[in-house]
Amino acid sequence: MTDQGRLIPRNRAVHPVPYDPDYKTSMTRSPSLPLLSMDSTFTEETGPRFGHNMLGALDNNLILNWTKGAAPAVGERILMHGRVLDEMGRPVPHTLVEIWQANAGGRYRHIKDTYFAPLDPNFGGCGRTITDENGYYEFLTIRPGAYPWPNRGNEWRPMHIHISVFGHSFGQRLITQMYFEGDPLIDRCPIAATIKDRGHIDRLVAPLDMSKAKPMDFLAYKFDIVLRGRRQTMFENKPEGM
Amino acid sequence: MVQSLDTLQETPSQTAGPYVHIGCIPTFAGLEGIYPEDLGKRAIEEGAKGQIITIRGTVADGTGWVMRDAMLESWQPDAAGKFPGQDGADPKVNGFCRFAADAETGEFELRTVKPGAVPAPNGTLQAPHIAIWIVARGINIGLQSRIYFEDEDNSTDPLLARIEQRPRVDTLIAKKTGEGEYRFDIRLQGEGETVFLDM
Repeated sequence: MTDQGRLIPRNRAVHPVPYDPDYKTSMTRSPSLPLLSMDSTFTEETGPRFGHNMLGALDNNLILNWTKGAAPAVGERILMHGRVLDEMGRPVPHTLVEIWQANAGGRYRHIKDTYFAPLDPNFGGCGRTITDENGYYEFLTIRPGAYPWPNRGNEWRPMHIHISVFGHSFGQRLITQMYFEGDPLIDRCPIAATIKDRGHIDRLVAPLDMSKAKPMDFLAYKFDIVLRGRRQTMFENKPEGM
Repeated sequence: MVQSLDTLQETPSQTAGPYVHIGCIPTFAGLEGIYPEDLGKRAIEEGAKGQIITIRGTVADGTGWVMRDAMLESWQPDAAGKFPGQDGADPKVNGFCRFAADAETGEFELRTVKPGAVPAPNGTLQAPHIAIWIVARGINIGLQSRIYFEDEDNSTDPLLARIEQRPRVDTLIAKKTGEGEYRFDIRLQGEGETVFLDM
């Protein structure tokens, strides 16, 4: 066990506000009473671990995983890659990263998505991987399309990929979205704007990374993810200091 | 000027959105066969030690409307209070489970083993509980909460003791509805609002 201290309390200032009238659904789905803040306990400091042997060979290849390699998905081919770190800057190895996204036309393969952009018969829209010993992960996928959604009069989501990360403790659990450098819809998106500090929205925008792009094959975008860290002092290792 | 801190800041959360199931419970979204089975499909395997229980409930919004698109995750120890990965933990207890509100009724169901008490940081015991995490469209950062049990001694639990408005303690306590059956309804906002945690 390398993680032994209490979880560092969440800095809510980097996160979205729970209640935001510009994102209408949040108005009735946000607690109105204060959260109960306490030091983490063993319950929050432990969490599920998943082994590499759970993964299929194409699980992190969304271009091919829906058809089991038979035919590639339509769209701009991209590599999405990065590292999972904690607040202390340490890599988070062997942790599960799951993603899901719309297809190149902005349509999700979900029973509830009725947008008239067509489904791609060769694209499912989900993938998963486990970080290596240095916290690295990568996915091969297609760049998702922007799409309209009901909120204010004429609302469009910027291109984005949803990301779910576990870390090593249940209290680190995080779901977020990756946006793409240069997308003009980011500035118009009320969901991105639930984060009130523009500097923190920028941390969700993946830059084009030509160092990882493969000539005549795919572009690359880099997206690092930071999970909560754990407090550790020389004093806290001593039970009598608690 | 001062020295600069080299700590990083947590990546901001964003809503899981209406299509969270695609990535987390693919078969619920209609994506059959992409994985051999959905992750976290069962909290326990057959043969888990202890009392097998089923917890049913709903997640309601601020108007009282039962949501059909919420996704929940749970994390708990085995019947002896040991979490998976700890020495001596019951190998049949996965501890982690993922489940969705039913698309038609909004009801969720968690079949698991009744957890044992686990140590609190101050050396005392926490009453038996299951940690839960709730995400959905409109929830901008996942909501942490806990399920306690009305037929356990919750009187000395340090977390429940911290709740100033005593009637709100009830929002964290599953009601027994039958042998091995419990009810736990979650209210995100408004009357009877569930106590959510920042831990």
